[in-house]
Amino acid sequence: MDGILALAADNLLSPIILFFALGLLAAFARSDLSIPEAIAKGMSIYLLFSIGFKGGVSVADHGIDQTLLLSLVAGLILSFGLPMIAFGLLRVMTRLDVTDAAAVAGHYGSISIVTFVAATSVIGSAGLGSEGYMVAVAAVMEAPAILSALWLIARFGKSSAEMEEGLMREILLNGSIVLLVGSFLIGWITGAEGMDKIAPLVVAPFQGVLCLFLLDMGLVAGRGLRDARGVLTPGVFLFGVVMPPIGASLGLAAGLVLGLSTGGVVLFMTLCASASYIAVPAAMRVALPEANPSVYLTLSLGVTFPFNLTLGIPLYLAVASAVAGG
Amino acid sequence: MQTHQAKRVEITIEAVMETRLTNALIKAGVTGFTVLPVLGGSGRSGQWSREGQVSRAGGMVCVVCIIRPERLDALLDAAFSVVERHIGVVSVVDCEVLRAERF
Repeated sequence: MDGILALAADNLLSPIILFFALGLLAAFARSDLSIPEAIAKGMSIYLLFSIGFKGGVSVADHGIDQTLLLSLVAGLILSFGLPMIAFGLLRVMTRLDVTDAAAVAGHYGSISIVTFVAATSVIGSAGLGSEGYMVAVAAVMEAPAILSALWLIARFGKSSAEMEEGLMREILLNGSIVLLVGSFLIGWITGAEGMDKIAPLVVAPFQGVLCLFLLDMGLVAGRGLRDARGVLTPGVFLFGVVMPPIGASLGLAAGLVLGLSTGGVVLFMTLCASASYIAVPAAMRVALPEANPSVYLTLSLGVTFPFNLTLGIPLYLAVASAVAGG
Repeated sequence: MQTHQAKRVEITIEAVMETRLTNALIKAGVTGFTVLPVLGGSGRSGQWSREGQVSRAGGMVCVVCIIRPERLDALLDAAFSVVERHIGVVSVVDCEVLRAERF
């Protein structure tokens, strides 16, 4: 327990968390601090490029084994399955109707790549390595939950949800996935030699850019929370902090069965614990416009994202270290 | 200066629906339109601002078309098929244009 508290305290005092907290406080205080839209977009492109490339280089260094394929399959299964658990919990814990519950559930089967990036930073600070292909696992976990949400609506709902022509192509080829997977493949192909050539851009600025990006995320999350307090009933809020550890537990089990390193287990737990706030909301607006976006955006971005960033990731790191060693 | 009667249709819609709307307009024979970014606003779904949106899910765009009056029904049918279930506003006003052959 002391170890977990010490890790949580260390994490809370790290620059990335403190900048996130600064953004939250600035938003709550109605400061006019803002990161220009184009710069925020540029930083997210940089982070995806960097994390994808480093993952590919790591795979090139360590080679691939059957665990890679099994990890991808496990990621797919969990992404399909987690919305079912989330939907059941939401129906028990909240008064959300089937449409809103299914839309929220879809977000909790998908992933937050920023939470994943923050987790890689935390395990790096803890001196742990991880399987480079976890980047690919993150990519495959982005979309299946959307199908699960639409199935939940078809099965339990009265409103219709449409997987219209072109939507799946948009989801699978959204810019984040293309850049992440593309950078991963380029890192894999070029390996350490490629890294030597672009390391000053990929490695050195990473932590600083992540701090600035999380400052922006803090501003966004804070404004979202400030403007959507009405939708955050106690049950809905509780779901936002209960669901991540449940997902993380399944990620822990999967990571241990697969025989991942401690760092890899932490990343798998983080992926299963995080909720999407980019790809899935866009898909839900197209396929399920009747669902209230305030509910799912506030939950995933305003509750679960800060929870994972501040308490979740150190908790997952402590649990994985205790169970898997490291 | 000679002017000609025309209709100006303004459709404010969720950014994720932009391509679907413009495709539907093109399919209905409307080849001239302008897409504008929207900074923020307030409506039945609450107040929102472009500032701090992390995905296109929360943004809005405005599609403006100026057409001949006789083509209005086809445009509205095409637009309505897309915006029916979504947040948005469709408005039509009379306007005048200088070069009728361009519309």
